[in-house]
Amino acid sequence: MNADSMNKIPGKKLLELLYWMMLTRRIDDRCEALFKQGRFPGGIFSQEGHEAISVGSAILLKEGDAIAPMHRDLGAYLVRGMSPGRIFAQAMGRQGAPSGGRDVNTHGLGDLSLRIFGYVSHLPQSMGIALGAAYSFLYRKEDGVALTYFGDGASSEGGCHEALNLAAVLKAPVVFILENNQYAYSTPIEKQCLVENLSIRAEGYGIPGVTIDGTDVIAVMEATGEAVDRARAGDGPTLIECKNLRLKGHAAHDPADYIPPGLLNRWKKRDPISLFRARLENSGILDGNKLAELQGRIEAEIEEGVEWAEASPWPEAATLEKDVFSDA
Amino acid sequence: MPELSYLESINQALHQEMERDENVFILGEDVGEFGGAFKATAGLYEKFGRRRVLDTPMCEWAFIGLANGAAMMGLKPVVEIQFADFISTGFDPIVQYAATTHYRWGAKLPLVIRAPWGGGACAGPFHSQCKEAWFAHCPGLKVVIPSTPHDAKGLLISAIRDPNPVIFFEPKYLYRREKMKVPLETYSTPIGEAAVRREGSDLSIITYGAMVLEALEAAEALSEENISCEVIDLRTLVPLDKTAVLDSVRKTSRVLIVHEAVRTAGFGAEVAAIISEEAFDALDAPPARLTAPDTPVPYSPPLEKAFRPDAGKITARARELMAY
Repeated sequence: MNADSMNKIPGKKLLELLYWMMLTRRIDDRCEALFKQGRFPGGIFSQEGHEAISVGSAILLKEGDAIAPMHRDLGAYLVRGMSPGRIFAQAMGRQGAPSGGRDVNTHGLGDLSLRIFGYVSHLPQSMGIALGAAYSFLYRKEDGVALTYFGDGASSEGGCHEALNLAAVLKAPVVFILENNQYAYSTPIEKQCLVENLSIRAEGYGIPGVTIDGTDVIAVMEATGEAVDRARAGDGPTLIECKNLRLKGHAAHDPADYIPPGLLNRWKKRDPISLFRARLENSGILDGNKLAELQGRIEAEIEEGVEWAEASPWPEAATLEKDVFSDA
Repeated sequence: MPELSYLESINQALHQEMERDENVFILGEDVGEFGGAFKATAGLYEKFGRRRVLDTPMCEWAFIGLANGAAMMGLKPVVEIQFADFISTGFDPIVQYAATTHYRWGAKLPLVIRAPWGGGACAGPFHSQCKEAWFAHCPGLKVVIPSTPHDAKGLLISAIRDPNPVIFFEPKYLYRREKMKVPLETYSTPIGEAAVRREGSDLSIITYGAMVLEALEAAEALSEENISCEVIDLRTLVPLDKTAVLDSVRKTSRVLIVHEAVRTAGFGAEVAAIISEEAFDALDAPPARLTAPDTPVPYSPPLEKAFRPDAGKITARARELMAY
């Protein structure tokens, strides 16, 4: 973590970053607990180890910008205005969810009024979607930016190449964040590619690419900030590779015993939230009182969210065949 | 009223809709300065510029994805797939994203995907296919296949104004074949309504696309044998005008379903199933299908002629049905 970069950010903003990361982690924990208690049937994708990436990037967007997150970007949804209650309701399959119970966990967790695009499982489908939002900004001569995410797994898909190349050719105002958590489900990175840094592929498209520490929220902010500025200035897309490790399984059912314990332990020491918290404590921005205040606020929001979601009615079976098409 | 070919009708509809609505834009391979492989987009680049007539690299997956994103931002993308056969390279953005989005989380996704479709031009296995059944099987997509220049214009205008993703297949066999009077002003032909192309009382021929012409030719020949055929042009497969199909079958009691696509799990099977379920009591013969066989589309003229239904084959099959 670069001390200089952190010093440029006001303390209030730094605490805000910590708040979003902690909120993400607590929602993740709570979803896992609810899932294990059998309070909803769908799976839950762990966010652990990804909080710095989703929060540190989404925080850079302005009103009117667009975002197409994936399943490890709960922090991005929160930062862009999705309430915990709606997120819990989505997991529980309730009417109050953005999908009204039609889509599961973070899938289809979209809301156009927030310019959040719901994703499909077929990653990196959101790269094309974000590119389309970026093209709409060019089309209307607006200075908006689109931000999207995909994993090391999706980086092997053909569509990833197509989208990066097309975005480059169009000089589209889009930022691509590659979350290299070293595993595509159970497949380790060394079985997925031969390169050390996936960001070097950017050169093949004629766009800037950078690899950063995905556990360092300030590094993520700094890299995303540069990329967003470039995009807004009309200089086209950027590929940012954020390296981290998924600290839990692919989803709540997965014990991830295929990850070597040594590797896991090394990265657990680099938990993005613990690292950042220690940093803030060392620099005097965070103390015990402030931390307790943050924790209290987060717990209250989570309780309120779970209550709201559980109070939300189940969808009516009679609505099953509605809305396949839009009427107007 | 000017006489236009199918292709000229498509071109005119695009010009007029782009003039009407600033949000309508075109994208695809070679659609810009070159005017498209079939010249369907000729003159648009000169009039509307690169921003609204966007030449893309070869990347259907990415440019259909782009169209999806742009559509959700309120634009009206009209994608050209150079040949309908190539649509498989952009399958996920259509069948997984565009088809499901409104149902899943309520976002409107107004998208048109135009594609020159079908055979009859000795274009071989990869420039001749009819894959409409793939898309009819995906809830959330409308599937439109006009058979006349008049409908090509009216239905394309409806597709562009529709708030949903529409797969718009254009039988390229018809592109330059017959001209007809097409109003210069804009008009929309409703999606979801079949057309009775010829009234008759003995046999219903239910078809769409380039086979409509073949069916009409067959009906004319059969009329000389005192067999009165009704020809129903479905025009849109999704939503399907079931009423028109069932009304005709109840009137004639015999039905022949004709399509250029291969047989197994083709759209004709769906039509036959609906008739069997809902008008069984009206039938004097089992619903019959005349389709291409279950093979890839062959290139050589005698092979493609054997592959593709035509007026002669329709006439022969109709006679058998009348003798049942």
